[in-house]
Amino acid sequence: MPIDIPKDNWPGTVRTVTLGATASEGGTRTSTVVVGGEKNLPFLHFESKAPHRTAVAIEIKDHRPDDWSTLLLDAWGEAVNDPIQWAKAAEAAGADLIQLSLSQTAIDGNPTTPEAAVKDVKDVLGATGLPLLVFGPGQAEVDNNLLVAVAEATKGERLVLGIAEDKNYRTIIATAMANGHLVNARSPMDVNLAKQLNILISDMGMPLDRVLMDPTTGALGYGIEYGFSAMERLRQAALQGDAMTQLPILVTPGYEAWKTKEAKVEAGVPASWGDWLERSINWETLTAVTLIEAGADVVVLRHPESVRRVKLAITDLMAAEYTLA
Amino acid sequence: MALTGIQIYKLLPQTNCKECGYPTCLAFAMKLAAKQVELSACPYVTPEAKTQLAESAAPPIRLVAIKSDGYEAKAGNEVVLFRHDKTFYNKPGLFIRVYDNQPLDAIKATVTEANAYAVNYVGMDLTVDGFVVASMAGDPNAFTTAVQTVRAISKRPIILMSRDVNNAKAGLNVLKGETPLIYGADARNWEAFADLAKENKTALGVVAGSLAELADLNDKIKARGVEDLVIDPGGRDLGSGLALGTTIRRLAIKKNFRALGFPVITFPGDIGDPGMESVHAAQAITKYAGFIVLDHFNPATIYPLLVLRQNIYTDPQKPIQVQPGIYEINAPKPESPVLVTTNFSITYFSVANEVEGSGLPAWLLVTDAEGMSVLTAWAAGKFDAERIAKAIKGFNVADKVSRKRVVLPGHVAVLSGELEGELPDWEVRVGPREAVDLPAFMKQAL
Repeated sequence: MPIDIPKDNWPGTVRTVTLGATASEGGTRTSTVVVGGEKNLPFLHFESKAPHRTAVAIEIKDHRPDDWSTLLLDAWGEAVNDPIQWAKAAEAAGADLIQLSLSQTAIDGNPTTPEAAVKDVKDVLGATGLPLLVFGPGQAEVDNNLLVAVAEATKGERLVLGIAEDKNYRTIIATAMANGHLVNARSPMDVNLAKQLNILISDMGMPLDRVLMDPTTGALGYGIEYGFSAMERLRQAALQGDAMTQLPILVTPGYEAWKTKEAKVEAGVPASWGDWLERSINWETLTAVTLIEAGADVVVLRHPESVRRVKLAITDLMAAEYTLA
Repeated sequence: MALTGIQIYKLLPQTNCKECGYPTCLAFAMKLAAKQVELSACPYVTPEAKTQLAESAAPPIRLVAIKSDGYEAKAGNEVVLFRHDKTFYNKPGLFIRVYDNQPLDAIKATVTEANAYAVNYVGMDLTVDGFVVASMAGDPNAFTTAVQTVRAISKRPIILMSRDVNNAKAGLNVLKGETPLIYGADARNWEAFADLAKENKTALGVVAGSLAELADLNDKIKARGVEDLVIDPGGRDLGSGLALGTTIRRLAIKKNFRALGFPVITFPGDIGDPGMESVHAAQAITKYAGFIVLDHFNPATIYPLLVLRQNIYTDPQKPIQVQPGIYEINAPKPESPVLVTTNFSITYFSVANEVEGSGLPAWLLVTDAEGMSVLTAWAAGKFDAERIAKAIKGFNVADKVSRKRVVLPGHVAVLSGELEGELPDWEVRVGPREAVDLPAFMKQAL
C-alpha cells in the first residue's frame, strides 16, 4: 500500500553561526566551523537535509589538571603538561574545534594571571589552525578578568568565549562585541531561563549569529533526561519561530560524564559496573550521542576514543542515502 | 487515535433513552471518550458501531508482550513522540543474542553471565530482559539444542530468530507454554509463519525492505489471524534507523496508521564493533525501539544502556525523589560535618556523588522539599530554616554527631541567620553554591 510519509513543516530556522575566522576574515584560523541552520528536527533528512555536521570539540587545559581522571591523563600522555602539544594531539585525534579551559590557579598554585591566559591562548592558536573556544574557570569575577584580556589580545579571531551566565554575561558580551568574538550562553536546564539569557544578551546589542546557547545537561544517570528534554523543547521552540531560541546548541558531555563516579573511580565500585575504561568511554559517548539526537550542534568531549565513536555516529547520522516508503 | 465525544455520539442511537444511566446520548458519549464508562451500558448500540468504537479504542501502537515462566518483556502502547509531551511508558527490552553455531560452552558462558547480571541504580536493580537464539547452522536439531541450552540456564523470555519455519517449530517445541517472539516472517515465508504463530499464540516478527511492503505484509498476517506483531523495517545505520523509527512512530501517533502500529525491533548487534553497538542501542532507546538485540554482553556497556533507558523512560511530570533522611557518606564519624540538601533525585545524586568522590566522610541530611532542587524549593517555600531544623530534630541528627556543625547550600546562604535561631546549639556554615565545589570546600573550610 502507498504510505503518505508524515513530514514536519516548521516555520522557523536555527541561526547559522560560524566559529573562527581565517586570515581573509580578520583572524588566523586555517579553517572555520559552521553550525546551526536547521529547518527541522535532527537528522531527518527526508524532510530537509541537515545543513551541517555536529561539531566535536576536544577540551584541553592550560596545564596538567589535578582533578581529571587518570584515564584521561593516560590517554593524552605527556601532552597534558603543555597546551601546545595537547592542542596538536587533540587535532590529530579528530577534533573539529579545540576548547581551552583556563584553570583558576597556575601550576605554582598562584591565581592564573590575565597575561598567562593570553599567552596560553596565543600558544594554542599558534599550535593549531582549528577554531578555538576559551572557557574561564567558571567563577564570574575570575572569568571576566581573564576573558577580557584574552578577547582583547585576539581581536577578530571569532573565538567562542565561555561561560556567559546570568550573573556575569555583561562583561563577557561587551568584550566579545568589541573584539569580534562569539559567546557561549549558559543557563541551567530550563527552556525559559535559556531564552531569558538570550534576550538579555540580544538587548545588549550582541548579534545573535555570534551566540551559542548552552542549556547545560546532566550526565547519563545524573539528570541527562532533563538536559535531553530541555534541548528537545528548545529546538522545537526555535523551529516554531521563537527567535530567542533560534541559536545553535553547545553542550559539555565530556565535563559532565567525567565527573561522575562511574568515570572517576576504579576501585571499590560494584563488579556490575564492568571495566573502568570501557565504562567511562561509554558514559561520555552515550551522554554525547543522546544529546546529539536531541539537537546539540557542538559537543565538547575529553577522551580520544569517545571522539572517535561520536564522530562515527555523526557521520552515520548525516548519511542520507535511504528511501522510506 | 481515540475518537472525540462528538465522533462517538454520531455512532450512538441518539434516542436519549437514558437506559445507560446518563440523561442524553451526548453525555454518554462524553463519558465514553473519557473512558469513564463501558460501551456495554448502551443496550441499543449497533454491531457496526461497536466494531468501530472498539477499533478506535485500541492503542495506536499495539502492546506486545514476550513471556516466559515468571518473566515478561513488553513494548508498545506509547502515546507521544517526545517524552516532555507526556512520558514514555514501556521500556524497550534489551535482549542478548547467541547463535546456534557457537560452541555450547560459549553460549552457556554468555547466558550465565547475562542472566545473573543485576546492577543497582538509584535503589533499583536493573537487568537484561531476555535472549535471542539465532539460527546460523540451518539445522533444526542444532537450533533445538541451542534453545535448550539457553532455557536450561535462564528463565527469561526468548526470541527465536530464523526465517526457516522448521527451525522456528523446533524452537517452539522447547518453549511449550510460553509466549516467545518468533522472528520472522518475510514476503516469502509469511503464510507458514503466520500459521505457526497463530497455532502457538506467539508474537511474530515481520521483516520487509520498505515501509510499504511492511504495511502490506502486516495486513495480510493480521487477516490470517495474528495480532501481536513486532516489526523490523531495516535501517541498520543510524541515519536511516532514526528516519524509519521516527516515521513509524509518527504514523501511529499522528495518523493512527494501524498497519505499522506495532513495536519495532532493532539490531545494534549487527554492527559488529562493540563500541558502536552501544551507540546504536542508545539511539534505539531514545528514538522509539520496542526490542533491542545486542551481540555483546559486557557490564561496562550494559550498565550505561540500562541507566539511559531508565532516565529516558522516567516520567517527566514526576521527578524521582529520594527518601528524606540522614545518609552516611564515606563512613562518617561523630565529628564529621552535616551537609544539607533536598530530596530532588538529581540534587541528591549531584551532592552525594561529589562528596563520595572526594573521599571525605560526611552526614548528608536530605530534607523533604517535595522533590524540588535547592533554589526551586527555596523559592517555593519548601526549603527553609524551619524545615531544615525539623529534619535535624526528626532524624535525630544530634545523637549521631559530637560536633554540631551543619553546612547549608550556598544558594540559600540567606537562611543561615534564621537557622541559627532555630538551632541555637549548632554551628551553621554556608557551603558552596554548586555541588561540584564541595570537595574543595570540605578540604579547605571544614
